[in-house]
Amino acid sequence: MQAKRRTLLQAGMAAGTVALAVSAGLLTPRAVMAAWPKQAFEARKLPLAMEALLGSDQPVNSPEVKVKAPDIAENGAVVSVTVTTTLPDVESISVFVPVNAFPLAASYELSDVTDGFVTGRIKMAKTSDVIAVVKAGGKLYSAKKGVKVTLGGCGG
Amino acid sequence: MKNKMKIRAWMDKGKTTVKAIIFHPMETGMRKDKKTGKKIPAHFITEVNCEHNGKTVLRCLWGPGVSKNPFISFRFSGAKAGDTLKISWVDNKGNSGSKEAKISA
Repeated sequence: MQAKRRTLLQAGMAAGTVALAVSAGLLTPRAVMAAWPKQAFEARKLPLAMEALLGSDQPVNSPEVKVKAPDIAENGAVVSVTVTTTLPDVESISVFVPVNAFPLAASYELSDVTDGFVTGRIKMAKTSDVIAVVKAGGKLYSAKKGVKVTLGGCGG
Repeated sequence: MKNKMKIRAWMDKGKTTVKAIIFHPMETGMRKDKKTGKKIPAHFITEVNCEHNGKTVLRCLWGPGVSKNPFISFRFSGAKAGDTLKISWVDNKGNSGSKEAKISA
């Protein structure tokens, strides 16, 4: 009897916590439905990360995708990367650094009113290409840019 | 931790340009504390949602490879001066923050 009462109480508390989190805006229904792609972010190899995030590791090189990044980055902890694309129906723009422990740095999901343009700052362990993959109309397109890193930004 | 954020949004040739910085340590989980030699636990933003009038215009999925105090810039159409842009984020420890900004002319 005592044990049963305990379980009930715990169940009630757990449900309460979730409700609280939702009302506080911590768990939006959207976030619950489309979860953070854990598998892709935890992949340690570029093809695995790309496959887990986008469903394929074979994007097509496209002149309609452009990666703007410095030729030489003195500090690998802060490398400014801009991806622009003139492709229509862009769904997402993802940025990969193949030499990082976790190659997937960031992925941006665009709406129908958002331009094919995103700037962000990423970390780079050492000299490498920065690869941008654009998903447009269900297909994958990519471009890359070499960045020479003089001081790595992922170590300790 | 202070949940600080800076947002600037303005109209330019009929489109809205947004620039924002979220102040966050973005720990990778691989750095070591120099004094204790222990690894500093991973602590990074996983998701950022940028909304205009309740509609998401950009959703960012981030890993630990994004720099400390992340900066983001993007552009979208359909807004006018005076509209509100809302940016909210969640990190891997369940912390969150959000801020609203008026789009200037």
